[in-house]
Amino acid sequence: MTTEIMPAQNLPQIKGVKDVPYDELFVSGHRTCQGCESALVMRHMVKASGPRTIVLGSTGCMYVANTTYYTTPWVVPWMHTQLGASGSAALGTAAGLKVLMRKGKMKNEKINVIAFCGDGGGADMGIGAISATLTHKDYNCLVLLYDNESYANTDIQLSSQTPYGAVTTFSPSGDKKRLMHTRWKKNVPGMLAAGHPESRYIAAGCAAYAVDLMNKIRKALELGGPTFVHTLDPCPKGWDYHPQYSQELGHLAVETGIWPLYEVVDGVCNLTGPTRQIAEGRKKRKPVYEYLKRQGRFAHFIDEDVEHFQAQVDKMWTDWLIPGVIPFTVPAKDIAILKIDKKTKPLHEEAKTA
Amino acid sequence: MAVEVKTKETNEIETEQLATGCEAIAEAIRLADVDVMAAYPIRPYDGVMQAAAKLIANGKMDVEYIVADGEHSQFEIVKHACAVGARVFVGSSGVGWFYAFEAIAVTAGLRLPVVAICGNRALDDPGAFGTEHNDSLAVRDLGWLLPWAETAQEALDLALMAWRVCEDKRVSLPIAIGLDGAFLTHSQHIVKIPTQAAVDRFLPKFDLGDRLLHPDNPITIAPQVDQDWLMEIRRQNDNAMRQALTVISEAHADFKKIFGRGGENPFLDEYMTEDADFVVIGQGTLSLPMKVAIRRLRKERGLKIGLVRLKWFRPFPTEEVVKSLSRFKAVGVIDRDYSFGSPYYGGVLYNEIRSALYSQPKRPVIVGFIAGLGGREIEQPMATEIFEKTMAAGTGDLGAGDTCHWIGVRE
Repeated sequence: MTTEIMPAQNLPQIKGVKDVPYDELFVSGHRTCQGCESALVMRHMVKASGPRTIVLGSTGCMYVANTTYYTTPWVVPWMHTQLGASGSAALGTAAGLKVLMRKGKMKNEKINVIAFCGDGGGADMGIGAISATLTHKDYNCLVLLYDNESYANTDIQLSSQTPYGAVTTFSPSGDKKRLMHTRWKKNVPGMLAAGHPESRYIAAGCAAYAVDLMNKIRKALELGGPTFVHTLDPCPKGWDYHPQYSQELGHLAVETGIWPLYEVVDGVCNLTGPTRQIAEGRKKRKPVYEYLKRQGRFAHFIDEDVEHFQAQVDKMWTDWLIPGVIPFTVPAKDIAILKIDKKTKPLHEEAKTA
Repeated sequence: MAVEVKTKETNEIETEQLATGCEAIAEAIRLADVDVMAAYPIRPYDGVMQAAAKLIANGKMDVEYIVADGEHSQFEIVKHACAVGARVFVGSSGVGWFYAFEAIAVTAGLRLPVVAICGNRALDDPGAFGTEHNDSLAVRDLGWLLPWAETAQEALDLALMAWRVCEDKRVSLPIAIGLDGAFLTHSQHIVKIPTQAAVDRFLPKFDLGDRLLHPDNPITIAPQVDQDWLMEIRRQNDNAMRQALTVISEAHADFKKIFGRGGENPFLDEYMTEDADFVVIGQGTLSLPMKVAIRRLRKERGLKIGLVRLKWFRPFPTEEVVKSLSRFKAVGVIDRDYSFGSPYYGGVLYNEIRSALYSQPKRPVIVGFIAGLGGREIEQPMATEIFEKTMAAGTGDLGAGDTCHWIGVRE
């Protein structure tokens, strides 16, 4: 039995800044912090998707700070959903539209469904529902996880996306314990791409690379089925830096190799932006210290902490099957039987030889 | 095996078949042309989802049937489908109902007419499959309508009523139909399945109007209102629940006209109360053993006893309850639930009934019973004890502090 898929919207790739749509669909009325990159993600997201879009917003900064009664910034229809419900909200909305159109109860047209969640809502509480949604291949919906690396709405508490050692209100640095938080960041887009072979599009982006991000949103919506985009959003309040450096920190996160940009399209992983250049050996990875030293949340780091951080990031690039995406490789003796031959050898080896 | 029956009222051919409470609800889902339903397994409610899945597999109905990853997702999925204009169905039981609790709370706040069943089941731990009403009752303050069905026929009828009442713009609230686990969800009854034409006359198309979430109607739903507006919005929910009493009465009258069923009173079902001095009141399937006891005790001992079955717990039909119960010398309230530490250590219904009657100049003596927990059968000796204690309370032979009794408990 074939599954019917509703037609997705025709959203061509944006060729450059001049090609970006002029219309703003996320406007004034919100009260996000100065330098908030997550708000920029919201703006780029609906700019890319266009007006025939329904947005579902899970609890978090982008709900509480964005959507005050009577001053909504959303030009498109918008609805709140629960902290752990972005996956279910996307699925339910897409299912409702699909069946109403099929039964002739609603005009049949292409409507984008985007549900967003923060790192707390998506990587922690809502990961199960997002995972379930990514297996329902007959519904068109995008889940966007805006990751500012803490529960930034509730006072900066640590989440599974908070980087190693960072200070949050749940992981202060004290006299006895310098580091309260020693878990490595959960690899969400890699995990979702590996675990959901029928999702046609899963990507990692950053608003500092705006056109790249908008194109990822467009590709996700155009390919259809359930898709997922994860953005890393510098957060002046949570990361403790001056708001004017948000874009710069986004660049540094990518250039240090901490946050690789990539997309998995129909099971094929493409590295994008500077990440690709690093993998190709055209660009040198910057030391993580350049990124860490700019943020107050790492101010308590001593040399050994920085070294550990660097070593972990190096491992992502040298040991992983695909840098920053697939966190394992195979023993040398199995390379032949698993057909990981020269043609398709791990990218980090290509990088070394280049 | 379905039997075709010509109805007296409309000359339409309706069928009669053996169906469990769950199967009867599945027929209602088909007749109501539900658009989206979400399933997740937990006994005993999931019999509905199994019956519905069969109807879909056999091409009997067209509905998006989503198997969710948990009850929270189940209720969130239908909530969001409802917001874009889909007629929806969902359900759960016991601890599964509690797993969905966050979604359940916001659905009422959002004023979305989600129709659910709660296949009543004891809350773990310790594990128990049998019926207990604490799962449904946990949402009693949130703005969910809560009726209880007695038979599979009433389950089907209440489900059709549910979409009609809840989708009415004056109400626009969710509903959880209580079905006693096993006693109703899984026992077969003869059920009349109405015709599609009759259902279409009774049940208008779902229309959210200007609350529809759609690019042609770009509204923002559920923003942060904080202390500025929350009280006004809560007050609107309060008004909706008040209006629900009227809407239920209207729907009940129409239902009777079209289907010829539903009893005299939309809210209460009275049994042998005309000459009764003492009655018991309760919800759901416990009416069956109580009716048997009433017939037996009237015959054997000539006792003037009867039963009032409460069909709707929310909205609570205060006026109807007061009017009915103030006729009697004593009323025994049977709770298939508990409310530990409550006034007089009574059940939930006991305290609600007492509260309803408090301001009345003429009010009966009220005595509470907690019985049949965890699906324990209410056997005839227990029913006899309930009536004897109710009568003793009415004649002043029960101590003043002797207000609530656990029935059939091994000491």
